[in-house]
Amino acid sequence: MGAGSEPEAVISGRGVCKAFADGSVVAIESADISVQKGSFVSLVGPSGCGKSTLLRLIAGLIDATSGELHVHDQLVSAPRQDVGMMFQRATLLDWRTSVENVLLPTELQGAVTDADRKRALELLTLVGLEEFAFSFPAQLSGGMRQRVALARLLQTGADVLLLDEPFGALDEFTRERLNLELLRIVADIQATTVFVTHNIAEAIFLADQVYVMTPRPGRIASIVDVGFGRPRELSLQTTPEFNRLVEEVRVTLGAL
Amino acid sequence: MAAGSGNPNRTLVRVLAHSAIFFGLLAAWETGSRVGYLDPLFYPRPSDILASFGRIYVTQGNVWWHLYTSLSLVLMGFIGGSALGVTLGGLVGLNPVVRRFLQPYVIVLEATPRIALAPLLIAALGFGAGSKTAIIMLVCFFAPFINTLSGVVNVDEDRLELFRSLGASKMQILRKLVLPDAVPVIMAGERLALTAALSGVLVAEFIQRDKGIGALILTYTRNLNMASAFACIFTLTVVGFLIFRGMELLDHRIAYWNRAADMARVGARRRADWQSRGALSQ
Repeated sequence: MGAGSEPEAVISGRGVCKAFADGSVVAIESADISVQKGSFVSLVGPSGCGKSTLLRLIAGLIDATSGELHVHDQLVSAPRQDVGMMFQRATLLDWRTSVENVLLPTELQGAVTDADRKRALELLTLVGLEEFAFSFPAQLSGGMRQRVALARLLQTGADVLLLDEPFGALDEFTRERLNLELLRIVADIQATTVFVTHNIAEAIFLADQVYVMTPRPGRIASIVDVGFGRPRELSLQTTPEFNRLVEEVRVTLGAL
Repeated sequence: MAAGSGNPNRTLVRVLAHSAIFFGLLAAWETGSRVGYLDPLFYPRPSDILASFGRIYVTQGNVWWHLYTSLSLVLMGFIGGSALGVTLGGLVGLNPVVRRFLQPYVIVLEATPRIALAPLLIAALGFGAGSKTAIIMLVCFFAPFINTLSGVVNVDEDRLELFRSLGASKMQILRKLVLPDAVPVIMAGERLALTAALSGVLVAEFIQRDKGIGALILTYTRNLNMASAFACIFTLTVVGFLIFRGMELLDHRIAYWNRAADMARVGARRRADWQSRGALSQ
């Protein structure tokens, strides 16, 4: 695991700093990040550790105060088409059916073709919602809405997925099921993924690498490599090795 | 939309009970007046009011023209006033600088009963349809203005971030997010405005009593023809009800995502659209 010299880092940041409100609030103090093509990175930490801020910096939604951040070897300065984002809230448009919501990214890029429509329906099938393609968000459960949001994210065609606690508002069972589906899908399209969560077990279960972040000021305290193979199953979470990693992260966070 | 509410037997009982109460009240009113408990001069008998309905609608037939005059003013004033309200509300809402400067005036205008300005409008514009329409526009302006303003200002931050992350332009954010999102609250403003328009036209016609249903009520009352005045008032009740129901139906069509039945209907139609263009084949 020779860190620093991997061939293809899709996301790479060096000394990334973000201060809000005339520099008095430091959200992130000098973070280094490197995410290999097709790998899955979790950012885990308590509220205020800057994990969501780091994700928004990678998305190009906000600018870094100092430091450099590259995606596909290009300096990030604005939202990019090959980077897609998903939030804790589904943020669907209430006046659109599921399939129309999925088509939104395409619509914002130009005219919608029949091929786009077909793809949108296929993606809804992929997330198990083909029956609900013409339902409105108010007619769907919370988990179903997040599935639509996931299909919409995939419709962008982005190969870099940024997920900000995407299933954090759902119940435990729904969240675990959606996490498994997420793993299957990102492996399928070979996406590079950054996943923000405050749930340590979830972070480890999903990721190849866990960035452990601590608050005030927000910084990356350690990087934990997760060696488990794929595909993974829920039973992995009861193994001693898994629990050893959970303990390691907890110690870093000072939560033990 | 005939929603059969449960047991037909029970429905029948309910209809009978309501009818019994309604006709009982009418009968009490009628006999009270005939026996002398109610002064028929101010509380005309139901039978007299019914006769007046026949007179003003059929024998004389004069109410039609007055009703037409009033309702066309209502329509013009409502369209003019609310179009102005929605447009200005949108412009002010979307421009933070303008909003900051206009804020105090909006508060002052909100506190002022708009109808108090009616005599001033007549003084400025003279008698006639012009000043009447202006009065209706005035009472129709505010609710759509303030609702549109708050509708476009209160945009969900998360959705805004989503649109930004998808690289949407300002125009796209406006057309595909801000405006559709504001539609239900704008429609609520329109409903208020249309109700206000009906009151507005009456005030305008009370002041300039040349024609219209308001002038007619005034004339009948001064001639102590209370039965005909009541017939006119009940006419307005029906008009008000129809307007209210009409706006409600329009609201269900335009802001369809707030009711389960409307969502089911629109969803099914969109599925059919996709099917007919062949996007659902296979």
